[in-house]
Amino acid sequence: MSSPTLTERPTRSTLFDGLSRYIPIGATVALLAAMYLGGIANYPNFDNPQLIPDLFIGNAGLLIVAVGMTFVILSGGIDLSVGSVMAFSTMACAWLTVEAGLPASIVVPAVLVFGVLSGAFTGAIIHYFNVQPFIATLAGLFLYRGLTLQISDHDMSIRDIDFFSWGMQRIEFGDPRDGGFSLPYISFIAFGVVILAFIVLHYTRFGRSVYAVGGSEQSALLMGLPVARTKVGVYAISGFCAALGGVVAAFYTKSANPLAGVGLELDAIAAVVVGGTLLTGGAGFVLGTVAGVMVMGMLTTIIAFQGNLSSWWARIVVGVLLLAFILLQRVLARSGEKRKG
Amino acid sequence: MNLASPVQTAGGGRASAYFKRLMWPLIVLAALLIVNIAVTGFDFIVPSVHDGRLGGAFVNILRRSAPLLLIALGMTLVIATKGIDLSVGAVYAIGAAIACQYILNGDQSALGVVVTAVTLALAIAALIGAWNGAMVAYFGVQPIVATLILMIAGRGIAQLITGGQIPSVADDSPFVSIGRGAIATVPVPIIIGVAVFAALVLLTRTTALGMLLESVGGNPEASRLAGIRAKGITVLAYLIAGICAGLAGIIGAANLGSADANNGGLWIELDAILAVVIGGTTLLGGRFFLVGTTIGVAIIGTLEVTIINVGLSSQWQFTAKAIVVFIVAMLQSPEFRAWILRPFRTGRPGRTPAAHDPEKAPAK
Amino acid sequence: MSDEPIVQMTGITKDFTGVRALDGVDFTLRPGEIHAIMGENGAGKSTLIKVLTGVHSPDAGRILLDGEPVRFNSPGHAQAGGIATVYQEVNLTENLSVAENLFAGREPRLGPFINFRAMRRRAKALLSDIGVDLNVAAPLSSYSIATQQLVAIARAVDIDAKVLILDEPTSSLDREEVAVLLRVMRSLADSGCAMVFISHFLDQVYEICDRMTVLRNGTLVGEWATADLPENELIGHMLGREVETLDALDRRRPHDRPAQSTPLVSAAGLGRKGAVAPFDLDIHEGEVIGLAGLLGSGRTETARLIAGADRHDTGTIAFDGRRIGGHSPRTAAARGIGFCPENRKTEGLVGDLTVAENMILAMQASRGWARAIPPARRSELVAEFIDKLDIRPANPDLPVRHLSGGNQQKVLLARWMLIEPRLLILDEPTRGIDVGAKADIQRLVAELSDAGMAVLFISAELDEVTRLSDRIAVLRDRELIDILHEESDMTTDRIVDTIVTRGSAE
Repeated sequence: MSSPTLTERPTRSTLFDGLSRYIPIGATVALLAAMYLGGIANYPNFDNPQLIPDLFIGNAGLLIVAVGMTFVILSGGIDLSVGSVMAFSTMACAWLTVEAGLPASIVVPAVLVFGVLSGAFTGAIIHYFNVQPFIATLAGLFLYRGLTLQISDHDMSIRDIDFFSWGMQRIEFGDPRDGGFSLPYISFIAFGVVILAFIVLHYTRFGRSVYAVGGSEQSALLMGLPVARTKVGVYAISGFCAALGGVVAAFYTKSANPLAGVGLELDAIAAVVVGGTLLTGGAGFVLGTVAGVMVMGMLTTIIAFQGNLSSWWARIVVGVLLLAFILLQRVLARSGEKRKG
Repeated sequence: MNLASPVQTAGGGRASAYFKRLMWPLIVLAALLIVNIAVTGFDFIVPSVHDGRLGGAFVNILRRSAPLLLIALGMTLVIATKGIDLSVGAVYAIGAAIACQYILNGDQSALGVVVTAVTLALAIAALIGAWNGAMVAYFGVQPIVATLILMIAGRGIAQLITGGQIPSVADDSPFVSIGRGAIATVPVPIIIGVAVFAALVLLTRTTALGMLLESVGGNPEASRLAGIRAKGITVLAYLIAGICAGLAGIIGAANLGSADANNGGLWIELDAILAVVIGGTTLLGGRFFLVGTTIGVAIIGTLEVTIINVGLSSQWQFTAKAIVVFIVAMLQSPEFRAWILRPFRTGRPGRTPAAHDPEKAPAK
Repeated sequence: MSDEPIVQMTGITKDFTGVRALDGVDFTLRPGEIHAIMGENGAGKSTLIKVLTGVHSPDAGRILLDGEPVRFNSPGHAQAGGIATVYQEVNLTENLSVAENLFAGREPRLGPFINFRAMRRRAKALLSDIGVDLNVAAPLSSYSIATQQLVAIARAVDIDAKVLILDEPTSSLDREEVAVLLRVMRSLADSGCAMVFISHFLDQVYEICDRMTVLRNGTLVGEWATADLPENELIGHMLGREVETLDALDRRRPHDRPAQSTPLVSAAGLGRKGAVAPFDLDIHEGEVIGLAGLLGSGRTETARLIAGADRHDTGTIAFDGRRIGGHSPRTAAARGIGFCPENRKTEGLVGDLTVAENMILAMQASRGWARAIPPARRSELVAEFIDKLDIRPANPDLPVRHLSGGNQQKVLLARWMLIEPRLLILDEPTRGIDVGAKADIQRLVAELSDAGMAVLFISAELDEVTRLSDRIAVLRDRELIDILHEESDMTTDRIVDTIVTRGSAE
């Protein structure tokens, strides 16, 4: 037989496949735009140029934590401990500076390093001892909440520490009366995290390994990818982001609340899912997560503008949104399977 | 990593599997009880009778653990199907809210109103459970995601029902006795807990439901091809979990005399999952152990009291729970057991030998 | 070609909790040769490969690579040492693009960042080297399994492997694809790469391999040059018994076709888009119908439609002359159609449940969960079938995953025999099981059919199909092209002829 050549076109059209990947994120962005336009149409002052920046500022902590969560979920895992880790690092910042009298310039990096190490430890447990992420991070959820409460069971103010006034100093972009707005430093931290996460996920070997492990861990292992490093890495990143979220919260609130961030892990997971990332791992975008966080922030803003709506409506609407996005993903997945035959 | 699945030596079916899974939880529970008895004396475990009602530290633990037990039992069935139900805490709040709100709108002391309220709450809880089950079975949504929806939205719904208030039921309403009353000196919550446990054991083990649940959880596709109504069975498991959660909410609300939509049953889904896992049912589905779950609930309940009894502040509760989760996870991990036992095993090569043997054999 | 071995494994021993999988096995691989490892399932082929690639570490023995002792502790580690593996199941990640799969872990980079353009260009070149032309930016999931397999091979080729291990790579490839693969293998071998080839297809082994190492029950039988070992001797070495077992399975005495009786099952225009084109097929009581065709020809799909495992979107299916609506595994079982799917582990058995529970599953399912089979009746039935089918170990309470492939298949058969079906659909029931169990199952099919049961039988081994079938439905390219029914047509040659002539006619 002379050398045969095999040519195969994708069974699904590349166009469809390329597009279908972007449908969930497109829907999120469309929803965000619709909410914003709806807000402008219905409420005076909704078009205030400071509104969007304020969304970023108010949700900077959630955004940072959700970015870390995106890594974990893309790799096929889940991290329930982020809310507790965040509260713990805020509390640690407060206690170490106020009670122990350490300089904030040492405390903050130390807290961030701690976040990385605790995440890496969790990741190591998950990988080497084959413990389910749900259970391993559940231990973290209890542990760090417990430790936070043991440090202090009441609010601790850090208003007197000069360092923490740095975060809310603002940079002005134009005059507020001419459509300008201002952003505090913490929002740049959040932007930085997002950009860094985007580059790491899409343009580095580590990032592609995260997708590969989320696609099939077994295959990634047999392909010789550094599965252990990847899995430990995503939890370390999530731990870092949670700790950084805690530091940003310290900047933002200037106090440490032992019950801060209860249920934050749910908000983060919801934001990631609404942002179009598959909870099974392997598919999604960090920019989708940004859109997901914005949708949730916008929702709260609209409810605040409406005035007569109670806060619980936010929860119900987030639930409905989750439902809609999950069903959308199911429909897309099914149509993909059908095309594949 | 399933690359190496060592063939276990033959022998022993159900009985030995049961014993193996239950041994560790039983040891932990015994250890906790011994610690408590050592600190507070035998009064801890021996029930006493006050005002025609069983009391004593251990009985109180059981009484207070009843809602967790109910939820954990329901959760066991769901986990057996390879699922998980994160919404039970929210359903707890909804059940409590419906019952209290309905009673407040009627005659608080009328038994009929209370019965209707409880029935209504249970019906709605069952409906929510069925909804979760349908999402999982018919729409193919991952259980963790499907139930996340109601975990997030559920408390909002509960607040919607109570209008953001915390409805309180008068102390003389028959409703309150569901939480605080006693029949033949035995506290009502314990009776309900035992009754539900017995009912579920009977339901799953005298019928084929248990085996079919394990089959569906162990291998859904094989179960479908064997002609099992996998979807119906999955929905049934979630439905039972919903009813259990609603009932737990009712007991909790009756005990407090009020329904707090925000904080009622907070974290209870995590405690329930923990109890199930402690009890030897793995989150991967398949084999399930209702007895194990019950022991798990007792461990969690006893743990909270133990912390106080050994003189630690109540803030230690979370930390202690974290330690329990950690220990259980480690004990159930074959990799960990192999790792920890390695130094004690002689004559067996290690699992992680050096990359290349340092001593190079003479080439050629 | 140097005679200095590139891989030398000596005295390799591996135990799995009490079971000895390998016992002092030696294996030598020389540069530029294609070396087959032959043996029945359970002979220790895959364990040997996994020891070499670092998935398992040996309990005893040593491995020399290029004359130096090595010990790999992970596939990645082995890969770095120059040993690459392509497995039967495609071990790539479907969510990433073809190019990313080819270069995962070693992507071309600019500084710390992946150079996607260079990666795609190199991927394109790499694939065209082995005669495959794909859109490398498309996700791997958009290609067929066979193509994914070729991508996996391309990846292994590119890793600059000194040793390439191919573990059943051809089992999901069609003829053309196999030709591509064998050509690639030959050219790689000519350039000095040593290859280990594991395949059930003896013709491929004889076509491509230079040497063979035969294993049996975890021990080494011997090593031969392919030219020195005729096929019948090879089979004798693999089986470790004389080939009489196979001879005993003469062609089954054909049945007298029931005259114009109502067919038990009658499919008319039954089809499913993307799976199999509409076909007509009647199955009578007591009849064994073989489904023959190459892999991917629609055999399994045909069986699944008749079994109700997949929904049909055209045509009708009638049972006892009455049309069935809402055909599903459950309703099929209720009518007496039993279906043993192709993949025992993922679609057949529930590994955690015991032998007994797996056996009664279909019977219990038909009764509904509320009516459990009484324990006494249950143990009686289970004991009866363990005995009848000679299931070993004969312990009904053992989790079924601890059984060997052949015994698992028997448990699956028992599940359906318990409901006394009128039609039994067997999709590759003899795949990957040892010859003894194979013979048992073939005999059983003959017995069941003699007792009046209809059987739809699928096997990749055509002689097995010809031996058992009264009629043979031949499939090609997802289409039922002919039904052979003359006694003289029940030959392998006739089936192959049918496939080839019908294929070229269109």
